[in-house]
Amino acid sequence: MKITYDWLKEHLQTKNSENQLINKLTDIGLEVESVEVTSSDLEKFLVAKVIKTEKHPNADRLKVCEVDFGKKETVKVVCGASNAKEGLLTIYAPPGAIIPKNKMKLVVKEIRGVTSFGMLCSESELNLSDESDGICELNKNQFKSKIGQRYFTKKKSNLIDLSITPNRPDCLGVRGIARDLATAGFGKLKGNKIDKILSKDKQKIKIKILKEKDQGCIAFGSCLLTNVTNVESPRWLKDKLISIGQKPISAIVDITNYVMIDLNRPLHAYDADKIQKGIVVRSSKKGETFVALDKKEHRLEEGMCVISDNEGILGLGGIIGGTRSGTELNTKNVLIESAYFNPRSIRKTSKQLNIDTDAKFRFERGIDPLSIEEGLVKAANLIKKICGGRISKIDIQKINKFEEKYINFEIELFEKISGLKISNKKISKILSNLGFKVKENKNFFKLKVPSWRPDIVQAIDIVEEIVRIYGYDKINKIDPIKVRSKPTLNKAQKIFHFLQRSIATKGYQESITWSFTDSKINDLFKSSLKNIEIVNPISSDLNVLRNSIFSNLIMYLNKNLDRGAKDLALFEIGPIFHGPNPGEQATVLGGLRSGKISRLSWIEKEREVDIFDVKKDVIQTLVEAGYGKSEFVVDNQTPNYYHPGKSGRIFLNKNTDKVAAYFGEIHPNILKKMDIKTEALVGFEIFLDNLKEPKKSLKDQKTKYQFSDYQKSQRDFAFIIDKDFKSQELIDVISKVDKDLIKSVNIFDIYEGENIPNDKKSIALNVTIQSMDKTLKDEDLEKVNKLIVDTVEKKTGAIIRS
Amino acid sequence: MSDLKKIKDEFLSKLQKKLDLSEINKIKSDLFGKNGLISSEFKKIGSIAEPEKKKFASDLNIIKDELQEAINLKLNQIEISEINQKLEKEKVDVTLPERTFIRGKIHPVSQTIDEISSIFSEIGFSVEEGPDVENEHNNFTALNTPDNHPARDMHDTFYLDKNKKKLLRTHTSPVQIRTMSKNKPPFKIIAPGRTYRSDSDQTHAPMFHQVEGLHIDKNINMGHLKGCLNYFIKEFFEIEKIKMRFRPSHFPFTEPSAEVDIGYEIKDGKIIIGEGNKWLEILGCGMVHPNVLKNVKVDPKNYQGYAFGIGIDRLAMLKYGINDLRSFFECDYRWLNHFGFDPLDVPTNYRGLSR
Repeated sequence: MKITYDWLKEHLQTKNSENQLINKLTDIGLEVESVEVTSSDLEKFLVAKVIKTEKHPNADRLKVCEVDFGKKETVKVVCGASNAKEGLLTIYAPPGAIIPKNKMKLVVKEIRGVTSFGMLCSESELNLSDESDGICELNKNQFKSKIGQRYFTKKKSNLIDLSITPNRPDCLGVRGIARDLATAGFGKLKGNKIDKILSKDKQKIKIKILKEKDQGCIAFGSCLLTNVTNVESPRWLKDKLISIGQKPISAIVDITNYVMIDLNRPLHAYDADKIQKGIVVRSSKKGETFVALDKKEHRLEEGMCVISDNEGILGLGGIIGGTRSGTELNTKNVLIESAYFNPRSIRKTSKQLNIDTDAKFRFERGIDPLSIEEGLVKAANLIKKICGGRISKIDIQKINKFEEKYINFEIELFEKISGLKISNKKISKILSNLGFKVKENKNFFKLKVPSWRPDIVQAIDIVEEIVRIYGYDKINKIDPIKVRSKPTLNKAQKIFHFLQRSIATKGYQESITWSFTDSKINDLFKSSLKNIEIVNPISSDLNVLRNSIFSNLIMYLNKNLDRGAKDLALFEIGPIFHGPNPGEQATVLGGLRSGKISRLSWIEKEREVDIFDVKKDVIQTLVEAGYGKSEFVVDNQTPNYYHPGKSGRIFLNKNTDKVAAYFGEIHPNILKKMDIKTEALVGFEIFLDNLKEPKKSLKDQKTKYQFSDYQKSQRDFAFIIDKDFKSQELIDVISKVDKDLIKSVNIFDIYEGENIPNDKKSIALNVTIQSMDKTLKDEDLEKVNKLIVDTVEKKTGAIIRS
Repeated sequence: MSDLKKIKDEFLSKLQKKLDLSEINKIKSDLFGKNGLISSEFKKIGSIAEPEKKKFASDLNIIKDELQEAINLKLNQIEISEINQKLEKEKVDVTLPERTFIRGKIHPVSQTIDEISSIFSEIGFSVEEGPDVENEHNNFTALNTPDNHPARDMHDTFYLDKNKKKLLRTHTSPVQIRTMSKNKPPFKIIAPGRTYRSDSDQTHAPMFHQVEGLHIDKNINMGHLKGCLNYFIKEFFEIEKIKMRFRPSHFPFTEPSAEVDIGYEIKDGKIIIGEGNKWLEILGCGMVHPNVLKNVKVDPKNYQGYAFGIGIDRLAMLKYGINDLRSFFECDYRWLNHFGFDPLDVPTNYRGLSR
């Protein structure tokens, strides 16, 4: 909502400064978005005449105009507007002027070799309208005698742009804002005297609101003005509209706009001669069409509220009029409409047709239903004054009566909610200044809600009104008490937090990427899941929710490779989605590493990152998080975006059916498809929802501290075993030979090749043997050795390598 | 007797000289070898008559110890000097680079979430979560934002179905609904998380982060709200004084509603929070609307309280001087490295929020 202080002062008697105004507006909840300072520089803009135009010698689209601005000498101005032609009256900005729109100060400047003295302005550059196509064209009759004079005769008042919250339609009118300000002690609200219409002429155009189900029009007031002469608006009216950034059109249109902004009372003006046999307000039928003032043809759905006549649709009630019945400069008879439309109906229709207008904006928020007559009278009187003619009596058709709202307000609620103590007298005064009728009882007020406040329906709304006007700044802070009665994080949140930081300590940089992604990339990682489409994506490459943590991460990794990085480690911890319903999501920690380790190192041999790097990262992280490594089960079943031979999955223990993590090389086909250029790319995913909370909390986790001081023995073994045999299984078999004596089993060599059959490999292990209660003798050790060899050979078919 | 003294003096003086290892070993064997001088003297003990025997043995032992000590000392010196000589040859260029390491970082948004959680933890809030995909009921209707209400225009919503029943949550407020529906009052929670609006420019991203706050109890009023947020902002920006302004606003799910601005100024191109006479909006809040409480079966006659919603990314930008919101989500490794935090920098109350 744009206003000026000058306009506000028509309703408000005040001597406060504009700065005070701006602070007060914000204090009472009418947030000031911006203040556009209009400086005295506007005096520099002059009415001028284009004497002659020539094509610019060095630029096809530019012209060199000779401009008369009332001095003896003319000036040359380079101009790009297509409408710059000989004889045109326009607005000239000499060097030194500041263009209101972009705040650019003009200087004498050479443009492609021709010196230009100032500029010819478009309406948009002067903030007169949005019209940026071509320079201003001034009316010849009006301006031909004014060449060289200032175009802006009056100093403009600063433009204040307010962000009015949707609950306050009353403040979409200047008077409503003035009322709020006056209530808050900022000046005095002036009376709003409206002359009565004394006419005895009947309003001859018949209006009928059909009583249909869901009829969107509740009341339709009208007034007919006959024999008018539509003209350009007088200066005061034009200045007023220009001052808030609106473009004057003709007196009749300008007056309806003026009343709308002044009182928040939208009106519509019809050329009465174009209405065929009266107006019927009805619901549309599916497929009906009409051409609206936005010059588009709209095809309607069933049940939209339309204003129609015998020939069809004249307009969409409360949203937009049609071209067929619009007023023009030669309009003789005007019908002014002042109606009340149901906000929900307005909103539904405008959403369906995607039309946004000033009227729609106001009606959908709720117009004062009792302002129908006031608006008609104000507009009709103005039209008569400016355009002459005769005014008819006012006709108001309605299908429902406006129901007054009453609220019984228990006064103690105010203090209970706000923590503020103020007297009943003060409360009563605030409310009556806002327009409430207050009837004071002992503990409560009986309040009649003003008709312009559709937002106020219950007691809490009253509390807000009082605090808002009294001042939020008067509320005293109550310091919070430092007491914690519940743990801040639950166990799952603690694991999230722990894994996030644990993986970062291993060199991964945390990334946060969108929860949505490109379906083309998602397809590579979604496995058997279905794409979850966003109906209205922000762009076609962010059109589905991600099914995998990799879809975005890999794309951003690739972007970093393009930036020249080679050895990257990125991770993200966040949601992935497996269905379109709330809760069909899982939290995943995914990481990717690319390139090499110890690249170009003088001391270490460089090598590519590999599956065992990520396996280490995953296992170490899980162990650090409190899961027992001895329980882990690893196999090689992985989704298709991993290298089929170089990837694995981890279960936390044998009995869990849910995968705790995947790790491995990313499938080379994916690198190819995404054009990822790196020596190696490995990754992992940890599924947080599949991790059970570690059984014991940290304080119970420590078992009895036991250790042995007896001598440890190390024995090495080498077994020749089937190539496909899983080394983990071998370790398990050996560990179980004697759980008390065998402390650890470690693979230190894998060998295939010479001296080993083709389908076999050699695994060399080191076994640590130690007793808790004695030093083992050679015989004891021999026994264990033999048992190990025998068990392994028997259970696995391996043969000890001699 | 004089023999002993002679041996002692002779050999002590020998040991004064510069000797190498073999020379010392020779002295050692000359003295203590099988037929060494001292060894021979010991053999004499048996043949000495009683009155002198004891004294002789005692003197001999003293001399033996003295000589042995002198030899050990010499040996030690040689050992040390030999080690030193060896080490002299082992010198490396310590300015050569260390083995390579890679450094992980925590994203500034995650760090900020942890900072926020840490602050609210201190005053008794616990952390709740909710799903990213929400139904229209939890995101709007239950929050007193009925269909066809213009307030829905304030949120550009991503929908997952044509009927607009399933959507990506536009704020963290649905967590209020979820929390209150499944539990009994009082409630004192914060809910950080991802939120989505179909909007993208320098200051808007289609995904961003919010933290919701909710405190419902018997007598929680606007004074508590003001006190809580004032405490939070002071703690978060780690400054003693903060200029804060509560200004009336409108959210369908709170009433009265407020937006909170903090004072700032620009000094040498940097933003200074808490001073100056410019205002920056940082959060929205208010007293939970009785309709919302009714929707989750909490009796507004007995319970009341406040809620707030804070833009986490915005806070992180202000605190850590980050200019472009979109850069948060572009994953540029240089940016992550520059603005990220060491994983061991866990914000806690006892060691402070930030280093």
